[in-house]
Amino acid sequence: MLIAVVLVLLVVGSVIFHFMSPWWFTPIASNWSTMDDTVLLTFWVTGTVFVAVNLFLAWVVYRYRHKQGQKADYEPENKKLEWWLTIITAIGVAAMLAPGLFVWAKFVIVPKNVSIVEAVGQQWHWSFRFPGKDRTLGKTNVKLISPENPFGIDPEDPDGQDDVLIARPELTLPVDQPVKVLLRSKDVLHNFTVPQFRVKMDLVPGMISYLWLTPTKTGEYEVLCEELCGVAHFAMRGRVVVVPRNEFDTWLAAQPTFRETQALAAADPAAGATQYAVCMACHGPGGEGNPALNAPRLAGQNALYIRRQLHNFRNGLRGTHEKDSYGAQMRAFAAMLPDDTAIRDVAAYVESLPGHAPQATVTGDVKRGKSLYTTCAACHGVNGQGIWALNAPRLAGAYDWYLVRQLQNFQQRIRGAHRQDFYGWQMGVMADILADDRAINDLVSYINTLRAEDTRTAMTAGRGN
Amino acid sequence: MSPVTVTVALLVGVVIWVLVARRLTARSWETGSEAGDIAAVRMAPARLGLWIFLAVVTSLFSLFLSAYSMRSHHGDWSHVMLPDVLWINTALLVIGSIAMQFARHAVGRGLLQRLKLGLIAGGLFAIAFLAGQLVAWGQLRDSGQFVQGDPATAFFYLLTAVHGLHLLGGLWVWGRTMKRLLQGVEVVDLRLSVELCTIYWHYLMLVWFALFGALLYL
Amino acid sequence: MAYVAIADRDAPIHDPHTFIEKYVWSQDHKVIAIQYALVAIFVGLVALVLSGLMRLQLGFPESFHFVDPSHYLQFVTMHGMIMVIYLLTALFLGGFGNYLIPLMCGARDMVFPYMNMLSFWVYLLAVLVLLSSFFVPGGPTGAGWTLYPPQSVFAGTPGAGLGIILMLVSLAFFIVAFTMGGLNYVTTVLQARCRGMTLMRMPLSVWGIFMATILGLLAFPALLVSAVMMTLDGTLGTSFFLPATTSMGQPLDHHGGSPLLFQHLFWFFGHPEVYIVALPAFGIVSDLLSTHARKNIFGYRMMVWAILAIGGLSFVVWAHHMYVSGMNPYFGFFFATTTLIIAVPTAIKVYNWVLTLWKGDIHLTVPMMFAIGFIFTFVHGGLTGLFLGNVTVDLPLSDTYFVVGHFHMVMGVSPILVVFGAIYHWYPKITGRMWNVKLGKLHFWFTFLGTYAIYLPMHYLGILGVPRRYFALGNTVFIPDSVHTINKVITIAALIVAAAQIVFLYNLIVSLRRGEKAPVNPWRATTLEWQTPDTPPKHGNWGPRLPEVHRWAYDYSVPGAKEDFIPQNEPVDPRLGSGRDHGIRH
Repeated sequence: MLIAVVLVLLVVGSVIFHFMSPWWFTPIASNWSTMDDTVLLTFWVTGTVFVAVNLFLAWVVYRYRHKQGQKADYEPENKKLEWWLTIITAIGVAAMLAPGLFVWAKFVIVPKNVSIVEAVGQQWHWSFRFPGKDRTLGKTNVKLISPENPFGIDPEDPDGQDDVLIARPELTLPVDQPVKVLLRSKDVLHNFTVPQFRVKMDLVPGMISYLWLTPTKTGEYEVLCEELCGVAHFAMRGRVVVVPRNEFDTWLAAQPTFRETQALAAADPAAGATQYAVCMACHGPGGEGNPALNAPRLAGQNALYIRRQLHNFRNGLRGTHEKDSYGAQMRAFAAMLPDDTAIRDVAAYVESLPGHAPQATVTGDVKRGKSLYTTCAACHGVNGQGIWALNAPRLAGAYDWYLVRQLQNFQQRIRGAHRQDFYGWQMGVMADILADDRAINDLVSYINTLRAEDTRTAMTAGRGN
Repeated sequence: MSPVTVTVALLVGVVIWVLVARRLTARSWETGSEAGDIAAVRMAPARLGLWIFLAVVTSLFSLFLSAYSMRSHHGDWSHVMLPDVLWINTALLVIGSIAMQFARHAVGRGLLQRLKLGLIAGGLFAIAFLAGQLVAWGQLRDSGQFVQGDPATAFFYLLTAVHGLHLLGGLWVWGRTMKRLLQGVEVVDLRLSVELCTIYWHYLMLVWFALFGALLYL
Repeated sequence: MAYVAIADRDAPIHDPHTFIEKYVWSQDHKVIAIQYALVAIFVGLVALVLSGLMRLQLGFPESFHFVDPSHYLQFVTMHGMIMVIYLLTALFLGGFGNYLIPLMCGARDMVFPYMNMLSFWVYLLAVLVLLSSFFVPGGPTGAGWTLYPPQSVFAGTPGAGLGIILMLVSLAFFIVAFTMGGLNYVTTVLQARCRGMTLMRMPLSVWGIFMATILGLLAFPALLVSAVMMTLDGTLGTSFFLPATTSMGQPLDHHGGSPLLFQHLFWFFGHPEVYIVALPAFGIVSDLLSTHARKNIFGYRMMVWAILAIGGLSFVVWAHHMYVSGMNPYFGFFFATTTLIIAVPTAIKVYNWVLTLWKGDIHLTVPMMFAIGFIFTFVHGGLTGLFLGNVTVDLPLSDTYFVVGHFHMVMGVSPILVVFGAIYHWYPKITGRMWNVKLGKLHFWFTFLGTYAIYLPMHYLGILGVPRRYFALGNTVFIPDSVHTINKVITIAALIVAAAQIVFLYNLIVSLRRGEKAPVNPWRATTLEWQTPDTPPKHGNWGPRLPEVHRWAYDYSVPGAKEDFIPQNEPVDPRLGSGRDHGIRH
């Protein structure tokens, strides 16, 4: 008896929940509104069946519940009824399937007038590539992937020379232009998803998959990875910006081509040594840093990281938060470097500086810190050596007080809050894992035990744990 | 799926349906609907068990082979240079199978000497086959092809290893049968064991044909 | 040939004497069934705790810092794998299959008792290997229960070293154990039925378990193949599934392998696996409904055919798990069609369950409540399957919480409700005691309503686009605060449901001692297991003589009969006959 009532309430409740729930599709921003229609159609068909079957069930349970002297009917089968139910079900199923297949055919067959963009996935980062004027993407090979050629483009292939490279996880697309997104992974499976576009597809290493769509609404949309790709899967984000055609053209023209990135002269540490004069006052002649001036140690830090931070300071991605007074100081000094070449040279110089581990000032539970560090090791390396492909700086040999301050800054979003600081954002959500200052101290006291000397070789260790 | 597969599947389906239709359409709530009574299935459980097991093993090898075939259609595929000793091994396996058939024939008629001869020969040739497979592994390794190399070689090692393991399992049962035979168990009590061994030998021979054929041509 | 059909043998197949032979190294199918069930329930509880920990992180992301992203993925993976394989598969087939097949078919035991015993011990070994991965460096694998390469063997995934290897080894052991058990179940059903037990007189429980076992025997090899090949990739450096890639920026030596090949193999196993869990549940729930509604199952033949059809079709739908995997998109047409076809026999089963209740005499016992709860949740889970099976509809919903909601409704909650119903139903036979009805009902209400509260909202989060397998959602723009609120609610509901299982365990354990003595046939059921001379059945099940069957399993409320049920082994009264002789077929 009670169960019949509950069943009715559940049905009614589910229907009410369906209409009242605040969670529904994000407003669509692509041409795939037909997909929403198929979902809606499926909702109506299945919803009707759900309500009908369960209300009937509830009524049956109520009507035929056991009473004194009641006897059940004896009816082994009723072929006619069973056949009717089968046929009606088949019709209902076909009604859902057929429109779905039509829409799928549209998805499978890519229109002729699409433009092409490649989305490249790697743990835990997106980057993008446009084919350039020749409308053809250059060949790639994973063996060619290096800090200088992160896309792994074949330098021998003429098609690749004018490819436009977007190394940041931010893609700009023109509105109302059909685009075929070629999907390439450098390491493991990923999935390119923009909820507002509806379509999604996996990136599979060793092959190129694709999807296509026409962005129909200008605006900014998040790119999510939706295929489990490791520890930082949830932090693998990107952004798609849909803009009018002319804005897009301007934007695209400002992005570097493969040829331009390769034509840059190799960074010159010797020239960097001269430029380093600006830094020396605080960071010391050997890049050893200075606690009294709140200057972190730089010696041996990955050049890519140094470059990115210098750019961040100069462009206001870092050091602009009101509580980041040391960052603000650094902004002024970063601005003194004349140009990108200088930045690259300084970074190369800093990386070449030898270092010795500074005195530990933080005490904590090293064992607990080691267990906390498991997560950090995924990007920063088991020896804290930093891994360029993960955009992760070297931690071994850093001042512990500096690490503590930065972790706190990340947690409070004093650092990493700027909308262009994608890696800072990642570090922010990762720093959230640390419960309190004690956890930070434990972690940092473990990092103190990591030795810079062991780490040079370990940097190449990719496989396994 | 090729049309051949579809046709074969359809034919198998029709045969199965003809075999079981009467049983599966019985209106069992009516009295006297005894079609499909246990009396209708007179087969030793061990024999039925073996056939079901062979179905499982068939599934296993078909999946290995479809993995092999999917992989071999990939662009970078190059065939493994199969050692010639495999042809000798194949002959050994065939002779072993014939010997087992000989033993099976003998056990049906209670001919102890022939049974002994056939059974021992069947086992020894199977062992010789395994030894030959090891030789093939050695030759392949000496020629510088090992598992890390190209995928065809890795598949060769994998498929032969899995086949060899199944044959080892068969040899274990064969060993137990031999033991009973040497202990002087009545021939009639060995009949089932010998028959099952023979079925298994034939089966593994067929599997080897399929694997060898795939390695050669696919 | 001196072969005596098993069904003609009047003596037990084996004869244990010592305590150890009876209860530890036992070859008795009933003892093995209980061993299987206890181990399965134990690992199930481990997996339940893991899910609780996951939910704590998802509901209160800032509060439970002992769950870090690695742990979270490890919990997800182990929860999924344990629940699907080590709990549900083992419990339905190793537990219920072992207990019910010989009893319902009128056999003294399984036909290969020794192998049956081995099956359990190898299963236990598989469980121990699996659990041992919690204690190795790096911990268990966190690659998701699908174990997709390359990430499952690459750095950046927790347990990519030892954890994944132990998982694969454990799976291999499980498959060996399952094959030994499965050969037994199939052969026993085909060979050891008692006289008169024709195929079409078998209870649907046996049909469901039988078909599920066949699916398992044919599908598990696919998992074995992929496990073996991935183990070689992970240890010897082969390239079956690993293409040329980098890992952490460094190019690796692998080349040419195909990650999609793994997915095909995995789902060639994985989809039948859904029905390996579902078919026994279908069968058992049919018997629960029929018995407690005192009415024959409606459309018995259609029910059998549907089981066969679903079993057959389950082998041609696997790639519907791979619509967004990057495989050739043209496959979508084929697999969407086959997948939606499978909805038809499944729907028929649902109709027939409801029509069984129709014009019945419904006793709202605890097993019946669970069976009704099952119909409701299964209808819900089955219908949402029509979303995900239809390739276009799947595209926006794939990899979101919609999927999580769907598969938990259809192969988590639904089968588990049947498991509970079945345990309450057969407990009196297994232990000889009755359980406490009040506690049973309490357990039902918390479990049924609680799980619906957990999973209904998840579907809507999925439509919004909330991705699954995310450790934390962070400040994602399209995700409003209400999502964080409902996540808290879901977590609280999950914890309540988990706590309600303590009531269940308490009821089972305390009733062993304090429960009323159970009558031989408390539910007045027709099937053979209730007609044993002893409760619980003794070794050899049937005393000196095997039963003989004279009618189908569903002679409930036969017009003209004295009682509202006629046991299967009751001879046909020439004056009464069964239903047809009374001309009551409409």
